[in-house]
Amino acid sequence: MSEHPSTYRPGTAFERWLDARLPIIRFGVDLMDFPTPRNLNYWYTFGGILAVCLVVQIVTGIVLAMHYDPSGVGAFRSVQVGIMRDVNYGWLIRGLHANGAAMFFLAVYIHILRGMYYGSYKAPREVLWLLGCVIYVLMMATAFMGYVLPWGQMSFWGAKVITSLFGALPLIGKPLTTLLWGGFAVDAPTLTRFFSLHYLLPFVIAAVVVLHIWALHVPGNSNPTGVNVKSASDTVPFHPYYTVKDGFAISAFLILFAIFVFYMPEAMGKVDNQVAADPLKTPAHIVPEWYLLPFYAILRAIPDKLTGVLALGGAILMLFILPWLDTSKVRSMRYRPTYRILFFVWILAALLLGWCGSQEPDGTVFPGGPGPVFLDYGVNTVTWFSRVAAAYYFAYFFPITPLMGFFEKTLPVPDSLYTPVLSHPAGVPAGAAAAPETKG
Amino acid sequence: MLRKLFAAATVAGLLGVGLLGMAPPSLAATTQAPLKDVHWSFEGPFGLYNQEQLQRGYKVYREVCSSCHSMNMVAFRNLADPGGPFWDPKYPNPNENPVAKAIAKDFQISDIDSDSGDVIKRPGTTADYFPSPFANDAAARAANGGAVPPDMSLLAAAREGGPQYIYSVVTGDGTHPPSGLTIPTGKYYDPWMPGDVTSYYKGDHPPIGGFIAMPPPLIDNRVTFDDGTKATIDQEARDVAAFLEWAADPKMEERKEMGLAVMIFLVLFSGLLYGSYRQIWRKVGH
Repeated sequence: MSEHPSTYRPGTAFERWLDARLPIIRFGVDLMDFPTPRNLNYWYTFGGILAVCLVVQIVTGIVLAMHYDPSGVGAFRSVQVGIMRDVNYGWLIRGLHANGAAMFFLAVYIHILRGMYYGSYKAPREVLWLLGCVIYVLMMATAFMGYVLPWGQMSFWGAKVITSLFGALPLIGKPLTTLLWGGFAVDAPTLTRFFSLHYLLPFVIAAVVVLHIWALHVPGNSNPTGVNVKSASDTVPFHPYYTVKDGFAISAFLILFAIFVFYMPEAMGKVDNQVAADPLKTPAHIVPEWYLLPFYAILRAIPDKLTGVLALGGAILMLFILPWLDTSKVRSMRYRPTYRILFFVWILAALLLGWCGSQEPDGTVFPGGPGPVFLDYGVNTVTWFSRVAAAYYFAYFFPITPLMGFFEKTLPVPDSLYTPVLSHPAGVPAGAAAAPETKG
Repeated sequence: MLRKLFAAATVAGLLGVGLLGMAPPSLAATTQAPLKDVHWSFEGPFGLYNQEQLQRGYKVYREVCSSCHSMNMVAFRNLADPGGPFWDPKYPNPNENPVAKAIAKDFQISDIDSDSGDVIKRPGTTADYFPSPFANDAAARAANGGAVPPDMSLLAAAREGGPQYIYSVVTGDGTHPPSGLTIPTGKYYDPWMPGDVTSYYKGDHPPIGGFIAMPPPLIDNRVTFDDGTKATIDQEARDVAAFLEWAADPKMEERKEMGLAVMIFLVLFSGLLYGSYRQIWRKVGH
């Protein structure tokens, strides 16, 4: 797909001169002309939305760094007095950055789920998928370190809980935590190095995003049918068709974003974080941000700390190896009726894990007592619900996904990605049947 | 199509049943009475602060709270910022606002005399921040039975329920604890203070709430309001809670004002883009 014929004709002497030396205009034109499947739905607009999220985070972050004091004694005040009260529109810039992180994760989760549903990870797009997984892991690291910077109670104690996890690793655990902390406890040096890394990682993400887009343009986009593009009539140029569709989706997404920034800027924050970090006072209830809750629940579900840490890592690793777990010949879940239901149940399990992560481990789920106790917890406790949901989370990847490829009876897949559209008369505007693009 | 709808409905139904069946968040043994419901002028997307209420609330803070509670993130000039209790459009520069200047002058601020290097006290200026009532945390702890009175700058943002919580706690009547409850020395019982009093209670059902080191701070006519409003406990509590909400979120009015413009723009812009999308795709089946 990347070898589509270039339509760029340098018009001026300067353009011809430049084109022979650095064909950057040709690069841009080819990118805009890129043949894109005509049947991409709105779930496919989240790539563009994510690009906007990254730019918003980087731009607001650079401005925040101008006003932020990454020192143990100054951090909280520089955020709460400097940025929130004295810097012109500081409340806006920080509101965009803090809520932007959550919006970024909302979008990336939809983007990942879309990839899973339509089988976008399958050959020949495995590298594209792997790069996406790398971006996701980098995002989690960046977001976690960013949450530490305001140096409130939840910043401090969240940092303590998460960095202590590395201590469970054999041999390297202790030196690794000392290195992360810059000492023997979470303290001012931890904050300063997190600030440094928090400034670095977004640019690493941006670099991997470039690779991700490159890897997209080699095989071209997947599409909701999972059927390969077979002829030029299956595609439309990226511009104007998808610039306008993505543009509309981005604008609609920004409405949701703006509701949070302007009308409930603290809705996703924790009240404890409005209290300055105090190493002598543990908050009653330490919880990470919502987008990390499912992994936190998996961690706590397992009685042994090292096993818990490995399970947490394994939960993320599953995404990386998904392309090689899936044995089915059919890409899109549109034509995989059983696997599709198991996938929706998997989403429910992940949501349940997220809910469990926000609760106390010994809290009861349904009204009544905790029930009979197995492995330290009653069966009606958050911990046991996490265990069951975590078990399904892993079982979905293995053995369900590989087995489904062998046993599932799939539905007939259309010959071309455009055929199913014709069976939807409502989706075809009047006169479209006569358009030259229709399948002959 | 029908199958699709059916599947979607099943998923939504399962999700709904699952969420409904779940118990509310349980916080181990910590309990707290449901907060008292108060109506505030600053609720909703268009709600603004009531400046007279902020002025009354400031008076309660100054004459009652500030003897123990610091508010070290608020400067005197902030009182005269747009949206603040003493904002006056005649003085766009809050440092020139006579009320803010007069308030600042009433406080004695620690400083270093630049000629002698001695530690001195001087009258405050609008650029100074509200000074703490105690020299340091240890002094605050010693004077308050082991508890440091929390700084009030962000108090309304740092507690679940914000102003509702503050209103509930300061109107709690700690002088009549439930029978069977042993009150530790220097503490008061408050149902709206999150806590666990089980070990201090003889009986099966310990009262909800916890202990607080602050005696009930308000009584009727504790302050005299300049605008003639009757100073009941309820009125004082409402006003000081509103003032503390302003102290914690002084840019709220600016934020909501800009939010309205942004929302109008985004909705119109989205409409325009949707129209463009329909126009560009009109001849392409997809």
